[in-house]
Amino acid sequence: MHNVEKKAREPLFHVAKRDRIPLWQSLLIRVVAVLFALLLCTLLAYVLIGPKATPGKFLTQLFEGSFGTERRLWIFGRDTAMLLCLALALTPAFRMRFWNLGADGQALVGALASVYCMFFLGGKLPNGILLLLSLCASILAGAVWALLPAIFKALWGTNESLFTLMMNYIATNLVIFSITKWFYPGKDSMKEMAHGHLPQVYNQHLLVILIVLVLTALMYLYLYRTKHGYEIAVVGESENTARYIGIHVGKVTLRTLILSGAICGLMGFLQVSAFDHSVTAQTIGGLGFTAIMVSWLAKFNPLIMIGTAALISFLDLGGEQISTAFNVNSAIPSIVIGIILFFIIGCEFFINYKIKFRTAPKTKGGAAK
Amino acid sequence: MNLFLTYLLSAIPLGMTFLYGSTGEILTEKVGHLNLGVPGIMCVGGLCGCFTAEQLIGSVPPVWLVTLSILASFAGGVLMGLLYSFLTVSLHANQNVTGLAMTIFGAGLSKYGMYNLTKGLLDNEASTGEMVEVVKKSTFLDATAYFRYPFANDEKLQYCGVMLFLAILIALICSWILKYTRVGLHLRAVGENPATADAMGINVTGYKYVATCIGSGIAAMGGLYYAISYAGTAGAYKDIEALGWLSIALVIFALWRPHLSILGSVLFGLLYVANSYLPQLFGWKTPLYATYLFKMLPYVVTIIVLIISSVRKKREDQPPASLGLSYFREER
Repeated sequence: MHNVEKKAREPLFHVAKRDRIPLWQSLLIRVVAVLFALLLCTLLAYVLIGPKATPGKFLTQLFEGSFGTERRLWIFGRDTAMLLCLALALTPAFRMRFWNLGADGQALVGALASVYCMFFLGGKLPNGILLLLSLCASILAGAVWALLPAIFKALWGTNESLFTLMMNYIATNLVIFSITKWFYPGKDSMKEMAHGHLPQVYNQHLLVILIVLVLTALMYLYLYRTKHGYEIAVVGESENTARYIGIHVGKVTLRTLILSGAICGLMGFLQVSAFDHSVTAQTIGGLGFTAIMVSWLAKFNPLIMIGTAALISFLDLGGEQISTAFNVNSAIPSIVIGIILFFIIGCEFFINYKIKFRTAPKTKGGAAK
Repeated sequence: MNLFLTYLLSAIPLGMTFLYGSTGEILTEKVGHLNLGVPGIMCVGGLCGCFTAEQLIGSVPPVWLVTLSILASFAGGVLMGLLYSFLTVSLHANQNVTGLAMTIFGAGLSKYGMYNLTKGLLDNEASTGEMVEVVKKSTFLDATAYFRYPFANDEKLQYCGVMLFLAILIALICSWILKYTRVGLHLRAVGENPATADAMGINVTGYKYVATCIGSGIAAMGGLYYAISYAGTAGAYKDIEALGWLSIALVIFALWRPHLSILGSVLFGLLYVANSYLPQLFGWKTPLYATYLFKMLPYVVTIIVLIISSVRKKREDQPPASLGLSYFREER
């Protein structure tokens, strides 16, 4: 019996945690993962769409979507900026492990608040004051929408991810309610408004892109160079430690979520005043969920987020271009993004852990032990 | 009274969609995995089931058609569950992020597939009278009658098909397994404290994989149920994602107990269709915009329940202790 136990087979490999990995290696792993994902996407497209979608055509169309023309390049910039804005909004909350799944709703009420101001006050006030008023209203609305779950989280530890998620649907219905009641009775979409347009710098995209870039820098400084940012990091790491060193966890939660919601509201304001000039239930269109990915992929670092937001927008626009080019329906972007995300999520494993294969018995003297 | 009965008979069948989703999610959460991919999995289940029904209709007897479609949606869910558990159990990925990616992917995939299945159906849904002429023209939507067996021709009971009873049966079985069997005990142990369970010799990885996959399969059947049995319309697949999110909320409402989830799902059903019945029931004259206030009801009630359950903090009503945490044996 004893002998048998000693001969127990060592598994083929075992997994161990890595201490630290050089930056180039971790980048390499991610790039390889994305390449594999793209390969799978091209194969899948070949199967789903049919022989006309050859890998070469698929990839060219994917790049055409963002870089095909100057107009598309601007749209790429705009989409990246808007996505980045929402991701920035979520980041402080995520850094303290507050899973805010409600960016959609918070941005949507922000957009709605802007539309309220523009609809009822448009033409009665000078444009500058109107814009300022809309901006304040948006930020306030977004902050309130995020503050509600935060209050209950701080008081009783109410599950924040479901709370914020439900607030999304309330916001959606609030928007349709407002449209059917006031903006355009009887319909669920409205006409563009004439007042409250954001002034254009060069074109309608540039100003928004610049605002978001400034915001990114500010958010980076806030998170890494201020006391508030430090407190957020401590609460995220361990609530007990935070309490021990005298950080008021509830206060930090509320403060951070007000900030988070306010930036979501700002994004809603930008969307309405710069581009849409109206609001529908689809104004944000699930961008809040994508923003979660953007923020997480960047390890909650605002500067890296520029890159991840650009990657996701690139895939989104590329997917859209593919669906028009091959005349298939518009679900392609989410499939492509989904596959890429799976690979990136999966490759994290190879960054955090290493696989040690069984060494040959001869070199190590005996397989067991 | 009659109207109330109609209301009930529309709400209960709808609620079963939530029941499928929440039973599946409860199984998954009991082993400590918060699967936010359930909405996506339900979409995929709807797609797999409808696709199978479309392929088989007219060539196999109705019993087989229904059985195989259900099995196909279950299998689709299991595949998605396998992907989820590979990423979160074996590769220790973040559960929230993986789940959201699953939802993005699943919703996209089902939108793509269902769009191709229902191409041309959406425009002339009303003019289905011509279907008798061309036999080949039958689509998966004609299978609705089989799914609604045995009450397909009863105007009031038509929504109460076989899958409604199946949902209740599955919920009861899951409840029983979780509470009274050895397997259930092990399953709960894995969710409460995987390290202790591991030390006891329970195969933690195995339990996590199996529970997550079966849970995903059950949830996936909810998508098929809604698309083909309850709604039976070409555009129904667009609603599944929102219903999936409510199913996840229902888990908390049901305090992680599938049998309570039956009651919860009926309540959610009542709230979900409240906008088309409540005003009539009380004789209110409501303008169009008010219906959107009614549509907020299920979400508002969910939030209220969330708050109440967090304030009360009873020990036995808490989520599994290791919910959302990944288990790595070498980590202490």
